[in-house]
Amino acid sequence: MNLGLPAGAKVAVAMSGGVDSSVAAALLAEQGYDVFGMMLRLWSEPGRDAANRCCTPDAMARAKRIAAQLGIPFYVVDAKDVFRETVVEYFLDGYTHGVTPNPCLMCNRHIRWEFLLNRAIALGADYMATGHYARVQRLAHQPVRLLRGKDSHKDQSYVLAVLDQQQLDRAVFPVGEYTKPEVRSLAEKFKLPAARIKDSQDLCFLAGENYQDFLIRYRPQNAERGEIVNLAGEVLGEHNGLAFYTIGQRKGLGIAHPEPLYVIKKDSQNNILVVGTRDEMGRSELVAGGLNWVSGLPRAEPFTAEIKIRYSAAPVSGVITPLENQRIKVQFDQPLRDITPGQAAVAYQGEEAVVSGIIESELSPAENHKPVRLIQ
Amino acid sequence: MMSELTNHIYLDYAATTPLDPRVMEAMRPFFSQAFGNPSSIHQSGQAAEAAVENARQTIAEVFNCQPNEVVFTSCGSESDNLALRGASLAARQNTGANHLLISPVEHPAVSKTAVQLAEVFGFELEFLPVDKYGRVSPQSVAERLRPDTALVSVMAANNEIGTINPIDQIGEICRQANVAFHSDAVQAAAHLPFDLSRMNVDLLSIGAHKLYGPKGVGALIVRHGTPLLPTQTGGSQENGYRAGTSNVPYLVGQAEAFRLAVQEQPHRNARLTEMRDHLIRTVLETIPDTQLTGHPQERLPNHASFAFLGVDGNELLMILDAEGFACSSGSACKTGNPEPSAVLKALQLPDDWALGSLRVTLSHLTEDEHLESFLNILPEAVRRVRLLRGT
Repeated sequence: MNLGLPAGAKVAVAMSGGVDSSVAAALLAEQGYDVFGMMLRLWSEPGRDAANRCCTPDAMARAKRIAAQLGIPFYVVDAKDVFRETVVEYFLDGYTHGVTPNPCLMCNRHIRWEFLLNRAIALGADYMATGHYARVQRLAHQPVRLLRGKDSHKDQSYVLAVLDQQQLDRAVFPVGEYTKPEVRSLAEKFKLPAARIKDSQDLCFLAGENYQDFLIRYRPQNAERGEIVNLAGEVLGEHNGLAFYTIGQRKGLGIAHPEPLYVIKKDSQNNILVVGTRDEMGRSELVAGGLNWVSGLPRAEPFTAEIKIRYSAAPVSGVITPLENQRIKVQFDQPLRDITPGQAAVAYQGEEAVVSGIIESELSPAENHKPVRLIQ
Repeated sequence: MMSELTNHIYLDYAATTPLDPRVMEAMRPFFSQAFGNPSSIHQSGQAAEAAVENARQTIAEVFNCQPNEVVFTSCGSESDNLALRGASLAARQNTGANHLLISPVEHPAVSKTAVQLAEVFGFELEFLPVDKYGRVSPQSVAERLRPDTALVSVMAANNEIGTINPIDQIGEICRQANVAFHSDAVQAAAHLPFDLSRMNVDLLSIGAHKLYGPKGVGALIVRHGTPLLPTQTGGSQENGYRAGTSNVPYLVGQAEAFRLAVQEQPHRNARLTEMRDHLIRTVLETIPDTQLTGHPQERLPNHASFAFLGVDGNELLMILDAEGFACSSGSACKTGNPEPSAVLKALQLPDDWALGSLRVTLSHLTEDEHLESFLNILPEAVRRVRLLRGT
């Protein structure tokens, strides 16, 4: 593995106590970089027993033990307030506006790769590493490229395509060069206690709770009943609150209808749930805003690309047409049924992530990203 | 694998100290050679018992009290627990007394025990006022003593801000009112002489690891005539005040550490005070928006503590550590929780000052050049933390 860093570089590793970031730290330490570990203390609801999944006392104790085993210093950074304001608010506001937000994008752009990175820089780090499955490529006199991880099943470049050039300039993803099974065997080789810890997919700040209950507690309007209509505007029934439905959902609508019906749209302004048949769900284009051109150089001309419309979706091919005001139109070769406003659309050319944008609905345009400020 | 800390400069001697090699030597025979249980009849037990009683004699000499007034415990916190709980419950049993008076800047070993006595045992807990240096005035104690006061507890010197309290006068007021007086001297006894024959302190907590003794051993000195219930019941060790097999090597180590400290105190303190004052002067001169916390003169000779405006104290500690210097924010809080400490709140320091606390505590072994390199790096470290504000 060659990460292309200068010899002796000082590298902060954002550790979680999990297998990926632990192996990342071990690989860097093994290669003789000047490594130290950091861990974020994130927000979870006060008074709840379970802590934020990313930083439970268990996870923190494990990360500390791993750092001690690797012989590297380890620092805990409190990010509760900034996480609450940046990530949790984004999540709550998104749902309240009828979209399905991806708070991990905000966390990566503003918590890990801004708040934490700034503290890493203050501690003298030249680079910061995480346990993400992605790769960066640094070529002389060119923008840093963000590439998919070697393991296509685990690739996480989707959630990192919100990073700008100054962030990528500092970024190192040691496990992106490996597959997950390889990472697990590296963990065994390094005798890391995290080797057998299972991955979790839930949102970290929900502390095991389902997101609907959480959402309703903070934004009760999401539990207001309203009409279910079809695309022709006919009222078919009543919904229990838009929070309980996701785009593409079929079960639990409580409507007797000859054909299966799916959630097509959540009109939060009018508190209406729009449903339709399977055929009516298909769409072959979307508009995304709040763009991040990974290279820092916006393109003006249309281009073909492979596009991922959610973290777990397979990439599909289409044409990207840049529009005004930091927006793009994406036209797919085949109609898609699960285009979900609020999620990111990330366009790839070959291995390289080119642009990331937030899928808009006509009711909820995406906001532009806040600029990232790094200290020197 | 432990990281090598050879280049690290340790400036956190109020948190703990390394074991003096002479103390280690004194302890060594009692692990596997003279390993007996002091309560045993046989000669192996007798040898151990002799070691424990010699240690008790040494502590009694250091504090100028009777050997049977020395109750060995497992640490300063245990001593505080025994004093607070034991004396409060005994006073209530004897006289129905129900009122506790403590300072608001006590170590949690005292304050949390007092809070438990209030919440679980129904005592009425009252906090004394402190001045801007964190000092308790004898007058304020006199004003608050009541016929039903069970115990007064005021620490001898504060761990976070180094301020020394006039415990002799406070004790005198308590004695006149016939109220038991406890003082947590875990920090103070590491540096200052205590002549209990001339002081009015009924209960004094001490520990060994702040003065180059081992961790995990302490004592509560219980002056004759002080009502006290044991909180750890069982065998009749320690005059029935504290059950459990004596930790012989540690008790020996503690005694040796105190013996050496008292012997070397004048020499140690002269050097410490000079270094401390140089440190305080330089920091206040070289870093803008800085203030000293605690008393400028009436403070522990090895203790300097500061508040920096607009600084996250935890971030400052991390940066200093990354630069090779081990310091503290005052309380050994590693949770990363950005809450101002109770002590700094009691000084009524605004949050944007109180969150930026730094404690630098020295040893007589600290080298001048180490202190200089620290003083050279600190302004830049503070500058960097201030850069992080709002990012």
